[in-house]
Amino acid sequence: MRIGVTVFPGSNCDRDALYAIERTGAAPVELWHADADLKGVDAVVVPGGFSYGDYLRPGAIARFSKVMKPLEDFAKGGGPVLGVCNGFQVLTEAHLLPGALLRNVGMRFVCTRVPARVETAKTPWTSLFESGDRLTLPVAHNEGNYFADERTLRELEDEERVVLRYLDNPNGSLNDIAGICNAARNVVGLMPHPERVSEEALGSDEGLKVFESVLSFAGVRV
Amino acid sequence: MLEWRPMKVRVLVRPKSGILDPQGEAVRRALPALGFGGVGSVHVGRLIEMEVESAEEIDGMCRRLLANPTIEEYEWEVVS
Amino acid sequence: MNVQETYTALGLSDFEYDRILELMGRAPNYLELSLFSVMWSEHCGYKNSRPLLKQFPNAGSRVLQGPGENAGVIEVGDGWALVFKMESHNHPSAVEPYEGAATGVGGIIRDVLAMGARPVALLDSLRLGPLEDERNRYLFREVVRGIGGYGNAIGVPTVGGEVEFAPAYSGNPLVNAMCIGLVRADDFLRARAVGEGNLVILFGAKTGRDGIHGATFASDELSEESEEKRPNVQVGDPFAGKMLVECSLNLLEKDLLVSLQDLGAAGITSSASEMAAKGGVGIEIDADLVPLREEGMQPWEIVISESQERMLAIVEPEKAEEVLCVAERFELAAAVIGRVSGHGDLLIRHEGEVAGTVSARHLADAPVYEREVVPPVYLEKAREPDLEKIPKPEDHGSALLAMLAHPNLCSRRSVYEQYDHEVGTDTVVLPGADAAVMRIKGTSIGFAATVDCRGRYCYLDPKGGGAAAVAEAYRNLSCVGAEPVALTDCLNFGSPEKADAYYQFASCIEGMAEACEVLGTPVVSGNVSLYNENEGEAVYPTPAVGMVGVFDDVGRMATPGIKREGDALVLVGDFRPALGGSEYLEVVHGRVVGAPAVPDLTSEKAVSDAVRRAISSGLVNTAHDLSGGGLAVALAEMSLMGSIGVEAQLPLPGVRQDVALFGEVGGCILLAVPEEKLGKLEAILEGVHHTQIGHTGGERLKVSGSVDLGLDELRAAYERDLFERHAPEGGHLG
Repeated sequence: MRIGVTVFPGSNCDRDALYAIERTGAAPVELWHADADLKGVDAVVVPGGFSYGDYLRPGAIARFSKVMKPLEDFAKGGGPVLGVCNGFQVLTEAHLLPGALLRNVGMRFVCTRVPARVETAKTPWTSLFESGDRLTLPVAHNEGNYFADERTLRELEDEERVVLRYLDNPNGSLNDIAGICNAARNVVGLMPHPERVSEEALGSDEGLKVFESVLSFAGVRV
Repeated sequence: MLEWRPMKVRVLVRPKSGILDPQGEAVRRALPALGFGGVGSVHVGRLIEMEVESAEEIDGMCRRLLANPTIEEYEWEVVS
Repeated sequence: MNVQETYTALGLSDFEYDRILELMGRAPNYLELSLFSVMWSEHCGYKNSRPLLKQFPNAGSRVLQGPGENAGVIEVGDGWALVFKMESHNHPSAVEPYEGAATGVGGIIRDVLAMGARPVALLDSLRLGPLEDERNRYLFREVVRGIGGYGNAIGVPTVGGEVEFAPAYSGNPLVNAMCIGLVRADDFLRARAVGEGNLVILFGAKTGRDGIHGATFASDELSEESEEKRPNVQVGDPFAGKMLVECSLNLLEKDLLVSLQDLGAAGITSSASEMAAKGGVGIEIDADLVPLREEGMQPWEIVISESQERMLAIVEPEKAEEVLCVAERFELAAAVIGRVSGHGDLLIRHEGEVAGTVSARHLADAPVYEREVVPPVYLEKAREPDLEKIPKPEDHGSALLAMLAHPNLCSRRSVYEQYDHEVGTDTVVLPGADAAVMRIKGTSIGFAATVDCRGRYCYLDPKGGGAAAVAEAYRNLSCVGAEPVALTDCLNFGSPEKADAYYQFASCIEGMAEACEVLGTPVVSGNVSLYNENEGEAVYPTPAVGMVGVFDDVGRMATPGIKREGDALVLVGDFRPALGGSEYLEVVHGRVVGAPAVPDLTSEKAVSDAVRRAISSGLVNTAHDLSGGGLAVALAEMSLMGSIGVEAQLPLPGVRQDVALFGEVGGCILLAVPEEKLGKLEAILEGVHHTQIGHTGGERLKVSGSVDLGLDELRAAYERDLFERHAPEGGHLG
């Protein structure tokens, strides 16, 4: 299985994502922002970082990169897409996910490990989990405060589209939302970084399951 | 023959009312601590100044890039 | 304005100007004078420090590159090398703390990058005035935001650091940034321009007027308008920084560069002249070819501009096209701006004419000043007080809580949670331990790093304090199980023209050099920052030490938090606590006096090395050294980090309790180890003082009837947010 990782100018968690993907046995593929080419990958990860320096708004400029057109088509066609941190921000700016990520309510960058709960296993990226599974995941962001209007929030909750919820909210996100998916459930955005806990050497490997899930979802033996 | 003279446009982007504005909050709390009284609500937004050929497409620019319509509203004016 | 006024305004003395006349054999024009002015500044020329720095040992079995390049290089194993250096950005941070700190981080990253290494870790060492003062709160908040703002965005994890508060730093904060990079040992670059006919390519951000300080002179070239346009504050762009990192590494991967240099203080001038001097060649720069951000820049402005995020490369002519292409892919400005020549001069052209020409060797050869070393009067007085007369606290528990709550001892979580310390997925030990530990993917090896210094110590005993800084770093690395290899430093002192500060400077270096010799940790790079004073008052002498150690097996390491109930607590080392210069004396009694314990370097080495052997043998995974606050604070920290209590007996029955609890001493490390492993531990610790002082367990910190506190109470004091409005707690008791 081939999993692509988009690299925008300023992305800085791309290499971490490629490394985690490699550990699952899948083939990691770099997708350069200026090439409108997904290289036939089976899934795409939009990684964390500070694409375009977070200038204007995080993800606001990256969403117009050449690679985003084929990515949007891929997503509309049901291809699995995971946005992590800045990636989540890019996906909301590109309207592939609803809502927006605002400045942390504490007005500081927050880098810490937080307890969170998987809310649904019905996405390609959480298929190996069980709803209710508790994880401890690293967060590292300035703008992780999830916002959506009341109607959208209700929709997300009613349709079980909240994928991950904070048990100790680090940024003020509404409904303690740490991750969501689109209506078709193939596009997932997470603020915490699963790739940072994908190996025992880093203190925990519970995050690896996020990447292994997409392999399992695609029918690949994990 | 007319010489092309660029227009200067000023765009202001601000958080939609009702949206949590932590930056505005932070400023609102900080001012009294410095001894400035009588400060009510504070909102922090963004200023974008551009030189453009024509003002026709400014709305489009605002909606697509300069502002995020989910959480922000914008206004603009020609300055010169 | 006459000639003397001109060169004086540029910071050159009469003596220096005469020397320039002598060297050049003629009077320099304004451009040439500017070149000397920046190259012969203290920051670039090391005028007051070169003779003293010679005392440092620079060589070692793992040292691949000592001082003289952009950074030092040590071998770490498996064909890998580490490149590291520390730099100060004190004065800019006092003016604009966010950008001062941010550009400090950007600059040190580029120094490491210029050696051909990928930057993989940052540490910072901060000194500020007390947080009761609003200005200091502002500086602290903005400096931390700036470090995070740059480091996080460029994607290099900030994994360690230290922060110390004292009145001596009010008005003159110290901001030292250290960067470590990883490179294949065979591949690192030296910044040497070679090859007549090779091209000089500038790539990165466009050049503006950043950092060119307004000088008052009535020159035809300057108008009021251009005065206004000159931004004194350098503003960093971490996004451009990140593109610069990726672009440079890409160029290196493709083997397109002869050598690389970053642009820092004095911009193109210093980079080009250093590269030329090192290579014994000359460099010709055409100022017209430099990509500019501003209009109407004069040639002298262009060549001394300190615009950030730029690198200078020496490239063979046939590879130039490809270099420019790579830069374009990373959306960076790039241009061929000159060439390497046979003559040894730095030659600047503008509009077809030679605007200035100076020998590169002369520029790199600033005069050296050696001054008299006179022991200051204050030292005598500071060590006079009879510490036996210090009143004993009524309640040692309250004293401990007051100390744990003090900004110099409390948790630094509120600081390091603003830094992304995990990006890169190589951080094995997160901030909060005795040193940062990183792994190297694809291997079992790793490295550790720490920055240490105690300003108060160095003030009360400059020579001892200098040695203690090196010893503390050695000890901290040993506590995580790393073998200390080499260090970089940032020597922050007052004005060398003032006897007291010069004495401190010379003595700290002497102490450091001695410690480096005994401990076997050479100095491979470093930085000097002088003239740190505010209203005539100098800061505490602060020689910050940034030491790096290596692991053969990074899986064998230790952290301070207690991990098991029922472990034996063993104190290793010669426990001779002293009140002189201690945190306790300042926090509880409000005094900065006394002679701190003089470091016993031989013992320090023996203890640290033994502890390291115990850790790398797999026997011990819990270790913590004694430093600020002494034994009681060290025990509290171990308990809090592991959330397991401790029951201990003070090892010095005849001594005053407060001295035993809070007195400070070097060369002492606490270990927690399961009872059944004590026998094996004894064997490893043979020949080194050690004694069991208690065991772990429960939810309280109990020390021989003098302290009995619940972990909750300790935590409430310790886990304070340093950025919340500071309400002094505890303070002076009695």
